[in-house]
Amino acid sequence: MSDTTNEKYLLEIKDLFVQYNTDDAVVHAVNGLNLRLKSGEKLGLVGETGAGKTTLALSILQLLPKKVGQIASGSIKYKGEELIGKPDSYMLGLRGRRMSMIFQDPMTSLNPTKTVGDQILEVLQLHFPDLSKAEKDAKVDEMLQLVGIPASRKGEYPHQFSGGMKQRIVIAMALIAEPELLLADEPTTALDVTIQAQILELMRRLKDQFNSAVILITHSLGIVAEFCDNVSVIYSGHVVEHGSVEQIFGSDAKHPYTAGLINCIPDLAKDEARLKPIPGRMADPRHLPAGCCFADRCPHCMEICKTVPPRMYEKDGHQILCHLFEEKDGK
Amino acid sequence: MLFGKKKKPLSEYSTGELIMFRFRKNKLAMVGVFMFLFVTIFILLAPLIRPYDMVVKQNISNKLQAPNTQYIFGTDELGRDLLARILYGGRISLFCSLAIIGIAFVIGAIIGGAAGFFGGKVDTILMRVVDMLMSVPSALLAMAIITALGNGVWKLVIALSIGQIARFARMVRSSVLTLRNMEYVEAAKCFGSSSRRIIIKHILPNGIGPIVVSATLTLGAVILSISSMGYLGLGVASPTPEWGTIISENKVNIQYYPYLGIIPGICIMLTVMSVNFIGDGLRDAFDPKTKS
Amino acid sequence: MLIPVILSVTFILFVILSLAPGDVARMVLGQDATPEQVATLNHQMGLDRPLLVRYVRYMGNAMKFDFGRSWTGNFDVLAEFSHRLPYTLLVSVLALLFATAIGIPLGIASAIKQYSLLDYGSTFIVMLLFSMPAFWLGTMCQIFFCLTLRWLPVSGISTWKSFILPPVILGANTLASMIRMSRTSMLDVVKMDYIRTARAKGASNHDVILHHAIRNSLIPVVTQIGISFAGTIGGAVVTESIFAIPGIGTMLINAVKGRDVPVVMGTVIFITIIVGVINLVVDLICALVDPRIDLAS
Repeated sequence: MSDTTNEKYLLEIKDLFVQYNTDDAVVHAVNGLNLRLKSGEKLGLVGETGAGKTTLALSILQLLPKKVGQIASGSIKYKGEELIGKPDSYMLGLRGRRMSMIFQDPMTSLNPTKTVGDQILEVLQLHFPDLSKAEKDAKVDEMLQLVGIPASRKGEYPHQFSGGMKQRIVIAMALIAEPELLLADEPTTALDVTIQAQILELMRRLKDQFNSAVILITHSLGIVAEFCDNVSVIYSGHVVEHGSVEQIFGSDAKHPYTAGLINCIPDLAKDEARLKPIPGRMADPRHLPAGCCFADRCPHCMEICKTVPPRMYEKDGHQILCHLFEEKDGK
Repeated sequence: MLFGKKKKPLSEYSTGELIMFRFRKNKLAMVGVFMFLFVTIFILLAPLIRPYDMVVKQNISNKLQAPNTQYIFGTDELGRDLLARILYGGRISLFCSLAIIGIAFVIGAIIGGAAGFFGGKVDTILMRVVDMLMSVPSALLAMAIITALGNGVWKLVIALSIGQIARFARMVRSSVLTLRNMEYVEAAKCFGSSSRRIIIKHILPNGIGPIVVSATLTLGAVILSISSMGYLGLGVASPTPEWGTIISENKVNIQYYPYLGIIPGICIMLTVMSVNFIGDGLRDAFDPKTKS
Repeated sequence: MLIPVILSVTFILFVILSLAPGDVARMVLGQDATPEQVATLNHQMGLDRPLLVRYVRYMGNAMKFDFGRSWTGNFDVLAEFSHRLPYTLLVSVLALLFATAIGIPLGIASAIKQYSLLDYGSTFIVMLLFSMPAFWLGTMCQIFFCLTLRWLPVSGISTWKSFILPPVILGANTLASMIRMSRTSMLDVVKMDYIRTARAKGASNHDVILHHAIRNSLIPVVTQIGISFAGTIGGAVVTESIFAIPGIGTMLINAVKGRDVPVVMGTVIFITIIVGVINLVVDLICALVDPRIDLAS
C-alpha cells in the first residue's frame, strides 16, 4: 500500500463524510471532501456559514461532539498515519503538540477562572512534563513576548484583557509547542479590522518562525488573498474549487460559486448602485439534492447538474468541481 | 391545540403555539397534567363521593380499621373515614394554594408593574420594600403574621401570600422594563405599525413565560408550606381536615397503622410532583435551550 | 447596606405584630383584675402609647440588648435565644454538610455520566425529595428507624446518635437542590468554548473535568447554598418539632401558638440577621472562587 505521494503531504483527507445525528434528522455536514496539505503550506478554506469548515477542522482533531458527531467514512492521514479509528490516547499526544487549533470567539475561548499564564503553561505541562518549572516558565514568558503581551501580565485573568489580546493569548497557547499544523477557525472574525491585520501579521510571523502549516478557515476572500498560498473553496461540505491564490483569483476558469463570491465584493473603483449577492441559500444539509449542491443557485445550471453530481476536473493543479469544465479536461 | 397534530412546518407557527406544541411533546409534563387533573377532579367531586358529615362523624366502634371495602382509606382513631377527611383536606391544600399564588401575583404585579412603569423614585421605594420582604425567610414572616392574626384558613392564606409577593413583583417589573425599551425602539420608526401585532404575539409569551413557570413551581412549594403549617398546628389545626393536620393528629398510631401516615403523605407527594412536572415542562417549553 | 434593611424589617415586623391581641397587663395581673388596674399597668408599661413611640422604645431597648421578656413563659428573649441557638445551628450545619458532601459529587457524577443509571437514579431521587414534605419524611423515618428498628433515639439530644436523623431530614431538600444545581451547572460548563479549547490543547477528559470544569461549575452552586440556607431555617422549625430538639424552632412554635409577641419579634429579627450575615459570607466566597467578581462591590 505504499504510496510515495503520501510522504509528501503533511495532511491528506480523502472522501471524508461527516454527519451529525440529531433527534430530528441526520445533518450531512461534510460530503466527500478531499484535501491535501504540504508541510509549511498556508491553505485557505473559504465558504459560507454552514459549509462544513469548522466541522472539517474538528474532524481532523477528532473533537466532534461525542454523541452527535460522527465520521461516517473516509480517511484523514497525518504524515501517512490514518487518524480515524485511533484511540483517544493517540490523539491526546497530537492535540496541542503537533496540531493545534485557534477558535473563532476569543471572548469565550479562555477559562475565566484560570490565569492566562497557567493556561499557556498547561500546554507545556501536558506535552513536555520533563522540563523543569523554571524552563517552562521561561518558555511561557518568551511566548507571551512573541505575541506582544508583557510577561508581567501572566498572572492576570482573561476578563482583564481586550478581545484582540485574548486572541493573542489563544495563539500563544496554540503555538508554544511549535506544532506542525495550525488550524485557525475564523481567528479574526470577532475582532475589528485594525486588530485583524495585527493578528494576521502575528500569525504570519510565527508561522514563518516555526514553519507550521496553516489551514486558515474564513469567509473573507480578502484575508485569503493576503495570507494564503493555496485556497480550497467549500460549499455544502464539498471542495468545489482548489488552487493557488493566483489561480483562484486570476484565472478565467472559475467555479460559478467562486465567481459569485468574488462578485459580491464591491469594487471601490467603480460606481455601483447595487451589491450583487448570490441569490438563494445553501442546500439544507439534512436533505441534500441528488445532483450538484449549487444547482439551484447557479446561473449556469444545466440539466445534467440537477441529477448527476459533478466530478473534479483538474488543470495544472487548479481543480474545479463542475460539469461546465467537462470539455476542458480530457478525462 | 393541546391535542392536535403538527401540520405546518415549524417556522409558520406563532410563538404561543410553538410553546404549546413543545409542552405537549414532553411526556413527563403530560403525566403531570393528568395526575393534577385526577387529583383536582376528585377533590372537586368530594361532596358527591362523601358527604361532609363523614369528615367529622366519629364512630369509635369502627376505629383504626385498615383500608377495606367499606372504608376505602380506612378509619382513624376516632372512627372517622379517612377518605372523607383526605378529600375535604385536599380542598384546603389546593384552593388555598391557588388563592395564595393568585393574591401574591396580583399584588406583586401591581407593585412590580408600578415600579417598572413609573420608574424613578417610585421604583426605588417600591423595590426597597420588596428587598426588605425578601430578606426575611418566608416561613418566619408567615409565622409572625399568624402570631398577629391567629388561626384560621384565610389568615393562613394572607400569611403565606405576603411571603410570595416579592418574587412576582420582581418578575413583573423586569418584564415591564423590557416592554418599555421595546416601545422606544418602535418609536424610532424602525418598524411599521403592523409590527405592534408581532410584538404582542412574540414578546408577551416571552415576558409571561418566566412568570408562569415561576408561579407553577411556587405552587408546589406553597402546597408543602400549607401542609407543614398544618402539621405544626399553625394557621390550620386539628380537627380541621388538612393533609398536614391529618398526619399530625394520627402521629401516635402510624407505627402500627401505617396507612394513616402513608396515604396522606402520598396524596401530598403526588399533587406536588404533578405540579412540579407541569412547571418543569412549561419551563422547557418556553425556553428549550435550557434543556440539558 | 445590611443595617438599613434590618431596621426597616424590624419596623415592619413591629407593625405586623402590633395587630396581635396582647393584653399584657391582664396577663400579668390575672383574670380577676379590674379594668382600672389593667389600664394603670398598661400605662405604666407604656403599652397604651402610639405605635411609633412604642417602636422607638423597643429599638432603644434593643440597642442595649434588651429584647423583652416572654409573655407566656418566664424568660428573657435574648437569653433564651442564645441558649437554644447552638442546637439549631448544630443541626443546620450538619444538614448543610450532609447535603453538600453527598449532593455535589452526585450531581457532578450524574452530569459526567449523563443518561446512565446513576443519572436517572439521582434525577428520580431529586424529584421525590422536592415533592416530599419534610415533616412527612421526618415522621416516617422516625417511626421506622427509631421505633420499629430502634437504631436511633426517638427524640431529644441525649446521645450523639440523636444528631444523625434530624440533619438528614433537614438537609433533604437542600440535598435535592445541590444534586440538581451541580448537575445542571456541570452540563452547562462542559458545553463551554473554553472546555473545547482545553481539549484542543491535548487535555484528557479527566484533566478537563478536574482542572477546568469543576471550579467553574461550583460558582452557581455556592450561590445556591446561600439561597437554600434561608429555606433551611424554615425547615428547622419542623425538624425540631418532630425530634423534640430544644432549639429555636420549638421556642418559636410555642410562641406563635401562644401569641407571645416579644419572643416571635426577637426570634424573627435574630434569624433574619443571621441569614443576612450568611448571605454576605456566601457572596465573599463567590468572590474568592470567581476572579471576575470584584471584591470591592
